[in-house]
Amino acid sequence: MENLYDVIVLGGGPAGLTAGIYLSRSKMKTLIVDTGSTGGQMNLTDKVVNYPGVLEGSGAEIAFTMRRQAQNFGCRIIVQAEISELDIGGKIKKIKIEDEGEFSARAVIIATGGIPRTLGLPSESKFKGKGISFCATCDGDFFTGKNIAVIGGGNSAIEEAVSLTKYAKQVTVIHEFDHFQAHAWAVSEAEKNPKINFLMEQTVTEFLGEDNLEAVVSVHKKTGKETRTEVSGVFLFIGYVPNTSMFKNIVKMNEREEIITDELMKTDVEGVFAAGDVRQKRYRQITTSVADGTIAAISATEYLSQQ
Amino acid sequence: MLQTNLKHIETVDDFDKLVKSGQKIAVVCGRMGPMCIPVYGVMESLESKYTDINFRDMLFDSDVAMKTIRSLPETKNFSGLPFTVYFKDGKVVAATSSIQNKQQVKDIIESKLV
Repeated sequence: MENLYDVIVLGGGPAGLTAGIYLSRSKMKTLIVDTGSTGGQMNLTDKVVNYPGVLEGSGAEIAFTMRRQAQNFGCRIIVQAEISELDIGGKIKKIKIEDEGEFSARAVIIATGGIPRTLGLPSESKFKGKGISFCATCDGDFFTGKNIAVIGGGNSAIEEAVSLTKYAKQVTVIHEFDHFQAHAWAVSEAEKNPKINFLMEQTVTEFLGEDNLEAVVSVHKKTGKETRTEVSGVFLFIGYVPNTSMFKNIVKMNEREEIITDELMKTDVEGVFAAGDVRQKRYRQITTSVADGTIAAISATEYLSQQ
Repeated sequence: MLQTNLKHIETVDDFDKLVKSGQKIAVVCGRMGPMCIPVYGVMESLESKYTDINFRDMLFDSDVAMKTIRSLPETKNFSGLPFTVYFKDGKVVAATSSIQNKQQVKDIIESKLV
């Protein structure tokens, strides 16, 4: 009976940890399972200044506090989990984790978040850690005095492009559209920065170099003109894809493979809820994930009380 | 100081002794950043499975890192944290730059250290 839980939460990002906090505080026996470390994409944010109640903090710090909160209420957390079996279609949900054993629960909350989108070019993996990076705060200083490119046009791309000018000689923002998805204030700040220039309506086709990255090749989407940008580093911020591959054909998803829920975070499978970036929704912020996690936890608690 | 549960390598002497012993070693050289923390977690989770491997970490911004991991020919072209280097019989057998997941680390261990 040791491995029988009321709720198993799959994913330990802000949605999953919040669900863990609410469930455990409601005396639900709760297990959070994460295939990596807790915190999710929140860990990638160097400075969080718009999370209510926190003047300024890193995403990792906030994640650490959330994890402690959940554990203080009695929530068990398994990280680096290798899930070998998943059966959540029936009344009793079952999960098998390598080296940990089998676990079951009466309800499951899917909060597996998103994984960084890649371009899918063969040369992308060749230069990972040798010019191609996904974290400006981690690797920015390797490119001090060098030319770099930032690929993307959302808030992360534009904000990090500005941040990278602390190190780089020149930052070229390469974006696929003729406009940015980032907030106007972020774009304005980037446009005013003399170290930043823009290549718009581009499709990135190749990364070039011997041992290290030396150039990125892109093609204008309308004219077909090819541009070779000489850079030592490229930072990729082209969004996220939902981490839902293990739930295919189990819960209903949309064409982008995001899980469809109602406003109470219920999926089409009884006793299975989804919260955070993994589900179909418009806005993806730490605050919206926290809200989803809260609702999913309360919904799951209500569901279990009716059983 | 790195806030991990791994044993830290803090001096060149510690590093030299360990490598010269010929034991199997996996060293993660990084900071407490988002690309490094998951790799420390992976190593911590593998310690009980691979008891004959010495899992260690090393602060990237330290004198010992400058004189050891960061000056190896195998890490010369690296530009992504953490630098993870695997040793066996006193020699480097594999080295990776940037974040790695558990399966990637296990694949290296199984092919190079076991």
